[in-house]
Amino acid sequence: MAKVILDMSRCKGCFLCASVCPKEVLTPSKELSSKGFGLIHLNEDKECIGCGACYKVCPDYCIEIIDEKA
Amino acid sequence: MNFKVSKHIDLNQQASWCPGCGHGIICRIITDAADKLGVGDRIVTVDDVACGQFGQYAMDYNSIMGAHGRVVATAAGVKRARPDALLIARPGDGSAYSIGIESTISCAMRNENILTIVINNSVFGMTGGQMSPATLYGMKTSTSPFGRTAERNGSMMDITKLLGQSDMAYLARCSVDSIANINKTQKCIEKALQKQMNGEGFCLIEILSPCPTNWKMTPAQSMEFIRNTQSKALPLGEFIDRGGKEA
Ligand SMILES: Cc1ncc(C[n+]2csc(CCOP(=O)(O)OP(=O)(O)O)c2C)c(N)n1
Ligand code: SF4
Ligand code: SF4
Ligand code: SF4
Ligand SMILES: [Mg+2]
Repeated sequence: MAKVILDMSRCKGCFLCASVCPKEVLTPSKELSSKGFGLIHLNEDKECIGCGACYKVCPDYCIEIIDEKA
Repeated sequence: MNFKVSKHIDLNQQASWCPGCGHGIICRIITDAADKLGVGDRIVTVDDVACGQFGQYAMDYNSIMGAHGRVVATAAGVKRARPDALLIARPGDGSAYSIGIESTISCAMRNENILTIVINNSVFGMTGGQMSPATLYGMKTSTSPFGRTAERNGSMMDITKLLGQSDMAYLARCSVDSIANINKTQKCIEKALQKQMNGEGFCLIEILSPCPTNWKMTPAQSMEFIRNTQSKALPLGEFIDRGGKEA
């Protein structure tokens, strides 16, 4: 299981990562950031397969994926 | 596999692009493409006074803020002065095809040895979503409120039709609407940078890119618009690839 490291301070709540995550690890939350943007939610109970799709689509460089198998 | 942004992405600051803007995705792709070739330290970008200018806050390269519509010519000049640098001009569709169409065509005709990446969101993004030459037929913008028509607004710009028969080195259209297309975009940028190192000449990659704010869509809907509408009017593909052969 890969590990998702999120920098929430950069997130603008575009939810593009959620739209490409095949495992619902990342889903929209209803929270707002201090800047007034939406925020993504990391579902710790779901298994990240380390595909990197969220990393590739995130326009604000919030996401790092560490895959122990690598 | 691990995924971590390049050291050439500047995490000490943040570009003020709108949520879901394609400009940010494309800057990440550029840095990963350059890293893949191991040439990150040689890149010089020329950014345009439009939404692309915020690339200056996203990427940590030597860069020049060119005048709007003059970034392709500026990059060509820098390349002539600094042949070892790898030049990437980054105009939008308004810049490359409207105010700057002369620079784009002239640099293509001279086969200037640079890479031009046109971020095509089919509008003047920064100034409020006005119609650009690349606005699609039927598309409503702040200056084409009833939808663009050829009769009223002139023909839609398809750069592959204009430059498709020219002697430039490489011409491709890519998109960031899906992970598969994001991966292809990176491959095309790697190929074009390699061509610049080979001295092959002018490479232009147009990338279909979402502007959720001016399209008045969510970021996810914008990706669907690229998939179902924009890329139907402006097909993806490689249109010129001379592979180093003399024209
Ligand atoms: C010489 C000059 N004329 C006009 C402008 C105003 N202006 C700023 S951005 C822009 C259009 C931007 O459209 P595009 O090049 O497609 O970039 P986008 O913002 O959509 O990425 C214009 C006309 C300017 N900055 N400089
Ligand atoms: S790496 Fe793949 S599975 Fe893991 S969070 Fe990102 S998109 Fe989801
Ligand atoms: S893609 Fe990036 S900015 Fe957008 S919601 Fe996901 S983490 Fe936040
Ligand atoms: S106006 Fe459009 S192109 Fe400019 S930052 Fe916002 S979404 Fe991006
Ligand atoms: Mg534009």
